[in-house]
Amino acid sequence: MHCLRLALGLGFCLLLGITLCSLWMYVENWLLVSYIPYYLPCPEILSQYPQPKLLEQKPTELLTLTPWLAPIVSEGTFNAELLRHIYQPLNLTIGLTAFAVGKYTRFVQHFLESAELFFMQGYRVHYYIFTHDPQAIPQVPLGPGRRLSVIPVPGPSQWEEASMRRMEAISVHIAKRAHREVDYLFCLDVDMAFRNPWGPETLGDLVAAIHPDYFTVPRHQFPYERRPVSTAFVADGEGDFYYGRAVFGGRVARVYEFTRGCHMGILADKANGIMAACQEESHLNRRFLSHKPSKVLSPEYLWDDRKPQPPSLKLIRFSTLNKDTARLRS
Amino acid sequence: MDPRDFWGNRTKSCLCLILLFAVLLGFYSNVFSLIPRRQTEKSQSPEAHHVQGRRESLTLSEGDGHLDSCRIPEVPRLLYPKAQLLKPSRVDVLVMTPWFAPVVWDGTFDSALLDVQFRNTTIGLTVFAIKKYVVFLRLFLETAEKYFMVGHKVIYYVFTDRPADVPQIALQDGRQVVVLHVGNYRRWQDISMHRMEMISNFSRQRFLREVDYLVCLDVDMKFSDHVGVEILAPLFGTLHPVFYAADRQSFTYERRPLSRAYIPRDEGDFYYAGGFFGGSVPEVYRLTTACHQAMTADQAQGIEAVWHDESHLNRYLLSHKPSKVLSPEYLWDEQMLQRPPLLRKLRYVAVPKNHAEIRNR
Repeated sequence: MHCLRLALGLGFCLLLGITLCSLWMYVENWLLVSYIPYYLPCPEILSQYPQPKLLEQKPTELLTLTPWLAPIVSEGTFNAELLRHIYQPLNLTIGLTAFAVGKYTRFVQHFLESAELFFMQGYRVHYYIFTHDPQAIPQVPLGPGRRLSVIPVPGPSQWEEASMRRMEAISVHIAKRAHREVDYLFCLDVDMAFRNPWGPETLGDLVAAIHPDYFTVPRHQFPYERRPVSTAFVADGEGDFYYGRAVFGGRVARVYEFTRGCHMGILADKANGIMAACQEESHLNRRFLSHKPSKVLSPEYLWDDRKPQPPSLKLIRFSTLNKDTARLRS
Repeated sequence: MDPRDFWGNRTKSCLCLILLFAVLLGFYSNVFSLIPRRQTEKSQSPEAHHVQGRRESLTLSEGDGHLDSCRIPEVPRLLYPKAQLLKPSRVDVLVMTPWFAPVVWDGTFDSALLDVQFRNTTIGLTVFAIKKYVVFLRLFLETAEKYFMVGHKVIYYVFTDRPADVPQIALQDGRQVVVLHVGNYRRWQDISMHRMEMISNFSRQRFLREVDYLVCLDVDMKFSDHVGVEILAPLFGTLHPVFYAADRQSFTYERRPLSRAYIPRDEGDFYYAGGFFGGSVPEVYRLTTACHQAMTADQAQGIEAVWHDESHLNRYLLSHKPSKVLSPEYLWDEQMLQRPPLLRKLRYVAVPKNHAEIRNR
């Protein structure tokens, strides 16, 4: 009698466990997106474009390939027309997240207007504006195939607190809806504006942008988190580029893994009572060191207008708005 | 029921419960460790419908290379020199095509970094040694053991009509030779063209399950320097050593509109060599199937492309742009060509042969 009950109990637990396992696997699969072919199919009628010249005579000023063979995107490295012919037939939807929390709601208008002019022209775009105050988001007229969703988030008590929760909010949002709605997702800072076309040359599995303040600087001067106790710790002899937190993106599933990874690191640090030197940016850089981006955007895609534009950067596409940061953070 | 018996029973059931718990824990920890692998497998859904041309549906398995599967490879801490953004690695040559495919030259990549990114990858190498071409196998395989994908798992697929003549080569750990017995054809052109058909068939039958990437090579060559995972991409081609600096008008594409390999004079990126191409198994399958179908259609029309399978390869790579392009370092002929200074290394070179003697015997 006792053995029978034990056996029944064992059988029941096994059954329960298997059900939970399969449920879990099914849930995980919700997060995966449809397969996008990475060979780049061209339509039968190709537009005429110049033949690539193998023996380049003109000196290229910027590095165009990372040591792990990821392209570094800058003006002159790609043929926009060719890429348009390649990517347009894929019927992609590109998502764009921006956080307008606290006083940052005032930037949304200009951000969206400039995005309407320059961001992914000719593609389906879905803006996700995360804000604590949906009423403060202005109505900006959007072009065809472009829509906007306002995602409510709790208001910040402090600026640092708000920026640290961004990774969590993005990963949760992807899991809840973005994975169904978009193919690629870019996560941008809202206190910036588009100045020139930002197109499919930026699409990739996992995309990072080089921070404009550190691209000429040796790695030991990067503002990495240098305390070993933090999960964002980067040792002295390590580092590829210093990436900016204001621009990153990629395939939706990759961005999900990336933001979750960063969020876990932030949580672990919080549990140890540590806040990384550059908050979220330190964790972003740590993650990009061990999960190298498959495409890197040059500082043309993340520029600071207060700096003079160097000749190596031909076309600034996305840059800061001058603002009084001290006033904003209060 | 007396108290002693009661407590005996309680202890026994407690012990049983603890044992049960331990068993379940052991069981489920194994199941959960299987989940990430299963997830990679399930993430490959069939390709989008907008892909042009006829495609055979191919179930993709976890055998896909890491670039195909939904994972950015994680690299452990490594020490290596930092890339300088304002110092291009090579200024004398193009290192990236206008569609962002890297052109792989010496100096553009860091082998240590790439080896770590590709550490769990199995590479398949296909080579055809039909009729007298078996004589090239020894040198080919011996040099491959020295230079090809060292440190990674490799399977050499040797297609031959003379399995007994395949030499026994000492192989490193994790590498094996698989001899595939196939038929031969009378003309060397037919042998060359039917490579596509055979690779296509075997891709579906076995390569998909056994390897992540396929590299399809000519046998009358030898390796003379490092050929590693820097070449691996979903689809890659190699620049033909004769035409790497030529204008597209002088490429020896098939120029007769009747052929399926036809490319007009104002089109074309590069002239790719038929002796070194590859990619992930699904992509190589698509390429070889498309080329084989095109060649069959041509045969029905009574036309044979000027450079046979190489013409069809070029036609395919024009409309399906490769995700990496290998420089002529990866395919060179020292007897035929003067080595320019831009070629810092020669990695895979032709072995001198007497064409008349070797072919059609």
